[in-house]
Amino acid sequence: MKARVLVTLKSAVLDPQGKAIEGALRSLGVPGVASVRQGKVFDVELESADKDKAEATLKDACEKLLANTVIESYRIEFVG
Amino acid sequence: MKSAVILFPGSNREGDVARAIAGICGTKPNIVWHADSELPPGTDLVVLPGGFSYGDYLRCGAIAARAGIMPAVHAHAAKGGLVLGICNGFQILCESGLLPGVLVRNARLRFICREALLRVERIDTPFTRRYAKNAIVRFPVAHGEGNYTADAETLRRLEGDGRVIFRYVTASGQRDDEQVLNGAANSIAGIASEKLNVLGLMPHPENHVDPLLGSTDGRPLFESLASVLERA
Repeated sequence: MKARVLVTLKSAVLDPQGKAIEGALRSLGVPGVASVRQGKVFDVELESADKDKAEATLKDACEKLLANTVIESYRIEFVG
Repeated sequence: MKSAVILFPGSNREGDVARAIAGICGTKPNIVWHADSELPPGTDLVVLPGGFSYGDYLRCGAIAARAGIMPAVHAHAAKGGLVLGICNGFQILCESGLLPGVLVRNARLRFICREALLRVERIDTPFTRRYAKNAIVRFPVAHGEGNYTADAETLRRLEGDGRVIFRYVTASGQRDDEQVLNGAANSIAGIASEKLNVLGLMPHPENHVDPLLGSTDGRPLFESLASVLERA
């Protein structure tokens, strides 16, 4: 089973990297970009075929390591 | 006193801090490998040195905070043992939950390598008792992610309990949260645990212990530790 974990900064946390990317897009003349926030994507292959079990494993992985929940939130998506 | 400096893959200031401890406190620290599960018996002080453990992969300090030795560091702190985290060591302490909050990318994105002025906010701690009250000191900083961040409630608690030990100040010795070099909340450079036995700070006191390098402002920190840990 394959899953994708998305880790993003909480909306209240300032994202200087996202701001810099936003500025670069503006200087490239890419039109219509209101704002950019940067995050991380983890593609994880799971041994289990059981979705509930896999979700519990990934939640555990996020809480223990993948996200720092002081500043980040995470979302788990199952692919295919 | 017996001290241990934890060596992670990518640490690079372990030699500096070991030299400072040996020179000022009089005993050479044990260098302890991150994958070990125990501290040498009788360890009084654990130091997490600066550097770029695990290449700052994932988040600075995140992987080191889960290293094999860390449960032993937690146990040492829980029984009141002293823990000092400098720069990457501070990031590791925050990631491991021994200190609250987190260090994020500097507000203006630049890696900052220069001297910073700090005010010693408290001298009734094992790390600062040899400083004068409200002393302004000069320590080098060298970090890309030194921007201390915590939620409003945590900041209120840290301030209320007097756990901010070092704060960045301007040349006139004043705190200026708008101009702080890395964007740190409340100009925070270093904080301590509730019982004041765990200290984390971004600047490097271990690099200002020799007059040859232009300042000895870091010496009193190690002298404080030596005086606390002196054995009869």
